[in-house]
Amino acid sequence: MAATEPGGLLRSGRVKGNAPPALRIFDDGEDVEPELFPTRLRPLQVAAGVAFLLAAALAALLVGPAGLSPGSVLAQVASRVPFLSVHSNLSAGGVAVVWQLRMPRIVLGGLVGSMLALAGSSYQGVFHNPLADPYLLGVASGAGLGATIAVVEIPRLTSFPFDPVPLAAFVGAVVAVVATFALGRSGAKGRNATSLVLGGVAVGAFFTAAQTFLQQQNTPVLQEVYSWILGGLSTAGWGQVELILPYVAIATLVLLSCRRLLDTLSVGDDEANSLGVRADRVRLIVVVAATLGTAAAVSVSGLIGFVGIIVPHTIRLIAGPSYQRIVPLSVLFGAGFLILADLVARTVVSPGEIPLGVVTAFLGAPFFLVVLRQARRFS
Amino acid sequence: MLEIENLSVDLGETRVLDSVSTRLDEGCWLGLVGPNGAGKTTLLRAVAGLVGYSGEIRIAGRSSLTASRREAARLVAYVPQRPLLPPAMTVTDYVLLGRSAHHSFLGGETRRDRRVVATVLDRLGLAALARRPLGQVSGGEAQRAVLARALAQEAPVLVMDEPTASLDLGHGQLVLELTDELRREHALSVLCALHDLTIAGQYADRLLVLSGGRAVSSGSPHEVLTGARVEAIFDATVEILDGRDGIVVAPARPYRPADPTSWASRREAAVQ
Repeated sequence: MAATEPGGLLRSGRVKGNAPPALRIFDDGEDVEPELFPTRLRPLQVAAGVAFLLAAALAALLVGPAGLSPGSVLAQVASRVPFLSVHSNLSAGGVAVVWQLRMPRIVLGGLVGSMLALAGSSYQGVFHNPLADPYLLGVASGAGLGATIAVVEIPRLTSFPFDPVPLAAFVGAVVAVVATFALGRSGAKGRNATSLVLGGVAVGAFFTAAQTFLQQQNTPVLQEVYSWILGGLSTAGWGQVELILPYVAIATLVLLSCRRLLDTLSVGDDEANSLGVRADRVRLIVVVAATLGTAAAVSVSGLIGFVGIIVPHTIRLIAGPSYQRIVPLSVLFGAGFLILADLVARTVVSPGEIPLGVVTAFLGAPFFLVVLRQARRFS
Repeated sequence: MLEIENLSVDLGETRVLDSVSTRLDEGCWLGLVGPNGAGKTTLLRAVAGLVGYSGEIRIAGRSSLTASRREAARLVAYVPQRPLLPPAMTVTDYVLLGRSAHHSFLGGETRRDRRVVATVLDRLGLAALARRPLGQVSGGEAQRAVLARALAQEAPVLVMDEPTASLDLGHGQLVLELTDELRREHALSVLCALHDLTIAGQYADRLLVLSGGRAVSSGSPHEVLTGARVEAIFDATVEILDGRDGIVVAPARPYRPADPTSWASRREAAVQ
């Protein structure tokens, strides 16, 4: 029949080997742009996100207990811009505050915040569940156990060359998610989203139990473990930025490029398959990328809750349900949100600090309720 | 266009389809009928490549086992019985999903993809609803959106599973008429499962009757839809009328079960 017949209604597709016929049934031949209004990321939305991020970063740069004048801080930053001859009157100490304390903390906060929000929105997409957060598959409990082991065991090994807690937390997080996948696959014949989530619940409970047991056996380190779990950026430095940047960058690229497929998955695995999209493969890629990025983020920041849920949801309420918008906007608003939350964490009881995880929940929950009420009024 | 040979499907321990063979010529309409649980949906899903099988399914001369998911989606468009309609997704975005197998992974849709979608929306009378969320369209409009998404795949074989199940008579006819027009215009090959035997006979060139996972009869509607056969296969009581536009299968009373003893026990079970 017409499979290899030239002309007619059939046309060879761009597929190697035995090319399948594709109908050109709805092509009038005229190459004009149709009047069609698909949901796309709008330039204005990106601009709003960039503006929010810059405003948050600027506020965090200018405010702090060192009491530097805003003008001289800005001049100091401008003096490092190439081809711009601005001179700053900051002392050497002031310069160090700007470049070694505030700047790395802003950048690290931005990386962690964007990663958590991005991973949250991606998880929500692949699991069709608006309550999914980056810790769904056991990242948090794995990282918690890893960090606890490091805090408990490492002091016994003398002269460790670097801070072992981030590495241990990262390894723990990855081990937990791999265990979740192994469990989720063996549990149900055709691995599906539900069996994965249930696997995450079981693995999370197990790792948390192990962590609690270790803490009970080693009560002197309880304080140290606890402060890590609550999350924070108080020890932020460029070293930590370098540590997580590759993971966050790769995860962000992968997840951004999958945003369109997340929309396809919203019609269910079966229909996505019939549309030519391998749902299980997309889910695997997205989960691996989101997990690696989240594990890297929590390894330096501790378990900061709520960002992965609240930021994507706020965007969803304002910009609609398409992941083509939610995913990229999560990067911008997640970064800005965590930078602001960290600013609050280090200024409210200055010179002391509130744990960052406490601030995100404390500020995030009421803010979210306000957005929710507004959205109801409009819809 | 579509050849099925000795198709068997096992779901767990159960053999749902047992050595079914049939063919669908280019531009024709093959109607799939049979009682609940006969394996109609499984057969359609096998053709769409959504369920593993043994035997052979060839689409446009090509074994469907060797086709990748993307290639399969360009060969067969599948309209499921109960499609999942994300309520906040607009009709345009939903129909654009039909182009997934045509555009590249990173590049996103091209102008041609948008043109196809615009044409399909126009063709199915959905242009005015294009920007409306699926949660705010009627059942008939939603079913046309699903059909539009399938047509946007530009696949030569269109597989439909009870496309009129949730529609009233008129809206059901509208969907089937639109499908039939497109079949004639573009030599689309249609494989469609329908419960209503009269309607199935009106649109199909050939009917295939499934019962208990086996193909028990096939041929033109006149050949297949005889009173004795329908009553035996469906355990129903019918009157066959030779209508102006094909066979009319009318339910009749009093009900005379084909097998009175089995009917008595089934009735007992149903009442309890």
